Amino acid sequence: MLYFDHCASTPPREEVIQTLAEVMRIHYANPSSIHQAGADAGQLIERSRGLIAKLFHTKPEEWIFTSGGTESNNLAIRGVAKQFAGRGKHLITTAVEHASVYETFQQLEREGYSVTYLPVDERGIVSVETLKEALTEQTILVSIMHVNNETGAIQPIAEIGQLLKLYPKTRFHVDAVQSIGKLPIDVTGWGIDLLSGSAHKVRGPKGVGIVYIRNGLAIAPLLTGGEQESALRAGTSNTPAIVASAKAFRMAMEAAENHNKQWSQLRNQLIDRLAPISELVLNSGKDERGSAPHIVHFSYPGMKPEVIVHALEKLGFIVSTKSACSSKDDKPSRVIMAMTGDARRAASGIRISFGDEHTASDVDQLADAIERTVAELKPMERRI
Amino acid sequence: MSAAIYDMVLLRLGSEITVKGKNRHRFEQVLADHVRKALRPFERADVQHTYGRLYVMLNDHPYEEVADALRDVFGLVSFSPVKRTEADLDAIRHTALEVFRANKGPKSTFKVTVKRGWKQFPHDSMEMNHLVASHVLRESPELKVDIRNPEVELRVDIQQGAAYVYCDVDKGAGGFPYGANGKGLLLLSGGIDSPVAGWLGMRKGLALEAVHFHSYPFTSEQAKEKVVTLAKRLLHYTNGKFKLHLVPFTDIQTSFVQAGQERLIITLMRRAMLRITELIAERESAHAIVTGDSLGQVASQTLGSMNVIGRVTSLPILRPLVMMDKVDIIRIAESIGTYETSILPYEDCCTLFVPKSPTTNPNLESVEKTEALIPNLDEMIKLAVKNTVTVVLRQEEPEKQAAETAEDRWF
Repeated sequence: MLYFDHCASTPPREEVIQTLAEVMRIHYANPSSIHQAGADAGQLIERSRGLIAKLFHTKPEEWIFTSGGTESNNLAIRGVAKQFAGRGKHLITTAVEHASVYETFQQLEREGYSVTYLPVDERGIVSVETLKEALTEQTILVSIMHVNNETGAIQPIAEIGQLLKLYPKTRFHVDAVQSIGKLPIDVTGWGIDLLSGSAHKVRGPKGVGIVYIRNGLAIAPLLTGGEQESALRAGTSNTPAIVASAKAFRMAMEAAENHNKQWSQLRNQLIDRLAPISELVLNSGKDERGSAPHIVHFSYPGMKPEVIVHALEKLGFIVSTKSACSSKDDKPSRVIMAMTGDARRAASGIRISFGDEHTASDVDQLADAIERTVAELKPMERRI
Repeated sequence: MSAAIYDMVLLRLGSEITVKGKNRHRFEQVLADHVRKALRPFERADVQHTYGRLYVMLNDHPYEEVADALRDVFGLVSFSPVKRTEADLDAIRHTALEVFRANKGPKSTFKVTVKRGWKQFPHDSMEMNHLVASHVLRESPELKVDIRNPEVELRVDIQQGAAYVYCDVDKGAGGFPYGANGKGLLLLSGGIDSPVAGWLGMRKGLALEAVHFHSYPFTSEQAKEKVVTLAKRLLHYTNGKFKLHLVPFTDIQTSFVQAGQERLIITLMRRAMLRITELIAERESAHAIVTGDSLGQVASQTLGSMNVIGRVTSLPILRPLVMMDKVDIIRIAESIGTYETSILPYEDCCTLFVPKSPTTNPNLESVEKTEALIPNLDEMIKLAVKNTVTVVLRQEEPEKQAAETAEDRWF
């Protein structure tokens, strides 16, 4: 079996599993307890925080551990919305965010905030000009993802950060769940106020998210009832998973540059192989600057994507439809709709995402399988 | 673009070092060693000692990064990024303009100062001042020359075989090289003040070791960890090694609580701490005690208290913060990176058993009388010294970092 769904979750590294097991066995004390055993566990968490801070050239006190990317996004967005509601109630995001961002904003709309959803062009990219026009005196938060979880489109975060430096009352949140360990991120240089990440996307354990909250920025907590994580996230800290996550982030980020080259080659190889298959339309950009190297997304208009997923699975290849967090509903992809306005394309997307274990031969086998599947399914094609 | 043009950094020693006459050479050697240590992360940087001056050859390391590391070196008053060129008029004029443009400050007025160390150079320094200034003026007509009070001074130093051009001056930490003025013991509590006092002491050339008093189980393990964290931060400013003496203080402290002189407890404690520190100083050949006292800040830091407390030792007590305001102390704590740790809320033994109204003007006689009535005080003090645990913190060498401990392999 060849696994090509790294955007959904990744196989944890052997070293990560070992760390998780060892720390779990030895450091079971509550890291908030005042006895030595608790202090030892607490120290491991602080060391993990220090390592994360170092990887991003930031300060340890600027990082909070959460239960995952979804909680990180919720905390960053709701934390700012609640804290600064007195200053303004206008929020800006994009039409192509991950559900944990998009639906949080929809909920905030119902709670009385006004939200602007920036449109994207056919490559899935927002325009800095359009953002500039949307900004008002009342705008307290702009939340824009770095790499799109369906298509891999890269948003111009550096330029957006540059623009927002002129708006000191507006906080800038970046959902970097799909970009950490894949692309370079300059948190301070890009003027980012808040940044979310998730460990299981970088071959770490599930159940650990990270949020960067720039020094001096106070936000409201989601969970109350404890002083953990600077009182921003009550609840017993998950010592083994946090330590294992720090290791996973380090290994992913240290190797990112090498993997980047590898993925770019695999991506180009796959795109070249799919190009002659006339039934398929590529949704990922061909331009390497606007598109992440580890994701290829295409549609088979007229074919239900689940059928392709299951057909490929029978041949031993794991791929996915849209984002795992919204793949169980039958609706067309909101992201592809926003890009193309084409419902047939939006209802038939397939996402391939690479990991560092993949080789050119794996991708060749995958392309063969896709070719074969399309040929076999062709007679069943329905015109929707 | 601007930062990458420089070849080397000129280091200036303090005037305080210059007045040391015969010792100057030794100080320069010590300082060169400290600069080498501070620049260890910059593999290609090379510290050279020529023409009676200290230089760092950058060898392609960015100046800004090297400058950040240099700012922590004590004894360095200022430093300048320098561009080297040929000892040739055209080359000097060209380079002078380039260096002048790289200067980031405001500059509507400037002057040129040329030193001609190599007397065979065809133009003398007066002539050169004019030749270089006129070239810069031709390129930037809005500029004016101001000999008395220029915003920027563009300097050219002509030696045989090369000319050195610079104009930026970055401020260093100042003071004396670490350890140049002997050794002291720092009373390190865990609060905001004592690490700052330690840093100021080290800045003035003191080699330091720290003494910390703990009253387990009344103080927590975290309070001790906090002090270790502070000591690790101070380690950064040392010569690579920092000793931390952890003194068990529980028995002495509880005996004071039982002495029935509640208002004198702080005075008694501070005196006992000084007596213990004096004994450790003798053992470690240290000749001063450094404290974070700031006049009037708390009951034990009134003039009356300082008098009665200080009399218990004959070692000089250095109080770098004595005339400083809290806001200024906090500013230094933030800049040396100890503030965040200092404000962690763990009780240390100085805040334990604090009476509601401690005396601000203790009477020496009654303090001494109370001490005389405490059974075995002298023995307890000797025992505390004997049971002191000394931790030696070391800056990790690159090779040592590679060696894994059990915990390291988890990260």
